[in-house]
Amino acid sequence: MSSASLPIKRSFGQTMRKGAWWAYPLLVFLVLFAFVVYSTWAAFQGEHYRFGNYLSPFYSPELLGGTESFYGSKPSWIPDWLPFSPALLILWAPAGFRFTCYYYRGAYYKAFWADPPACAVGEPRHSYRGERKFPLILQNVHRYFLYLALIFLIFLVHDAWKAFWFTDTRTGVTSFGIGVGTIVLAANVFFLGGYTFSCHSLRHLVGGKCDQLSKFPVRQKTYNCVSCLNRNHMVWAWCSLFVVGFSDIYVRLCSMGVWHDWRIF
Amino acid sequence: MAKATFKIWRGDISGGELQSYQTEISEGMVVLDAVLQIQGEQAGDLACRWNCKAGKCGSCSAEINGNPKLMCMTRLNTLPLENPVTVEPMKAFPLKKDLVTDVSWNYEVKKRIKKFKPRPPDAPAGTWRMFQEDIDRVQEFRKCIECYLCQDVCHVLRDHEMHEQFIGPRFLVYAAALEMHPLDTEDRLQDLKDESNIGLCNITKCCTKICPENITITDNAIIPLKERVVDEFYDPIKKFLRLFRRSPKKDNE
Repeated sequence: MSSASLPIKRSFGQTMRKGAWWAYPLLVFLVLFAFVVYSTWAAFQGEHYRFGNYLSPFYSPELLGGTESFYGSKPSWIPDWLPFSPALLILWAPAGFRFTCYYYRGAYYKAFWADPPACAVGEPRHSYRGERKFPLILQNVHRYFLYLALIFLIFLVHDAWKAFWFTDTRTGVTSFGIGVGTIVLAANVFFLGGYTFSCHSLRHLVGGKCDQLSKFPVRQKTYNCVSCLNRNHMVWAWCSLFVVGFSDIYVRLCSMGVWHDWRIF
Repeated sequence: MAKATFKIWRGDISGGELQSYQTEISEGMVVLDAVLQIQGEQAGDLACRWNCKAGKCGSCSAEINGNPKLMCMTRLNTLPLENPVTVEPMKAFPLKKDLVTDVSWNYEVKKRIKKFKPRPPDAPAGTWRMFQEDIDRVQEFRKCIECYLCQDVCHVLRDHEMHEQFIGPRFLVYAAALEMHPLDTEDRLQDLKDESNIGLCNITKCCTKICPENITITDNAIIPLKERVVDEFYDPIKKFLRLFRRSPKKDNE
């Protein structure tokens, strides 16, 4: 009979877990970090976000500063030295929706803050405030970002619809068609819709707060639908993140002439 | 017959160590079988709590290869037996001896949660009427066997030892079962925010991952309670609207 010492209190990273417990948080860290870096870079570019009838979701709705903006071109009172792009005016809303999302919170607390690094693995800090005090108490604003995300979704549906209508540059005639970009932007709406409609806050708002849903058949059906989507909220979150990033890359590379948009129909 | 090595924590609050035991294993064995075999053949004084051997009593909670699990529900063929299997007591509770911990803190926490308070009976016979679809949601929470593995894996209790401030996932599930019950009229939201400190949960979902009854603790119990707390205390529009509307709990009374 041999023996080995066992620390009851474990320090950072100490665990008896076997296998690569660190792989998943590391993957989350790398993917989220890459997405934040790319989306920030893309938001500051202010060009190559439109290609024909395609508009990058990072720039939709295009409120100000673009050729087809709702409120015209960049106002003259904004100094030239100040970085400006239409994306900077709107990206805070979808970014806030993801940042305060219940799924992403759990994921990035582990991956970026090691709080904890993984289940049953020692932590680097002894003090802990959780989400009950400033600043993390502000995560409770999530439902307000949900309201904004629902509005943004309407604009993205409109963009996807516009992606079906191609204008012939020679004749000026607009006709229905499907290009690879149409499918990319439609997929973006599908996955972002799945992510938004599977939101925990939406689930609560449509019926989760009610203890006797049988009294409200429409709310009950809505609650059941959102609950069904909510079971895969994590999958929706990752798929929509990849697809929204790819949509921007696709439109950008087509606009730059690197990729050619293949017209299927 | 094949043999496997088990490193079992031996000791008490004053100290201890992992001790290695080799024992014969056969098809269908679970970790509890191996531990009881070691107790019977090599270590008669090994303290180990168990009862049903069927994953229903929640007594044999331990940490197997660092993962909080029920010993009776962990088959040996799911473990890499080429390496020693470590079996340790739960970390979130005071150690009594070997694999046995003192989980009585949980019983005290349960007493602090406001009890079920039904609305007046619906029928003269003193009975109530409720619909299956309304009770479905809380039925899931009744599956809990109180093994306290979720409490053990929760880093707020395990690493930060905030037992005085946080009630842990088990009792958030218990509170959710009461709070979402279609007949219940009690309001526990103030307690959930101030006494139970639901805000300390940072939704890492470890409790959900290790629950042997597969209760969706985070998504179906904790997050809905967090949303109710937001409704009551943090949402300015809701607060404004509440000036004109009665709360649904009051409607039940």
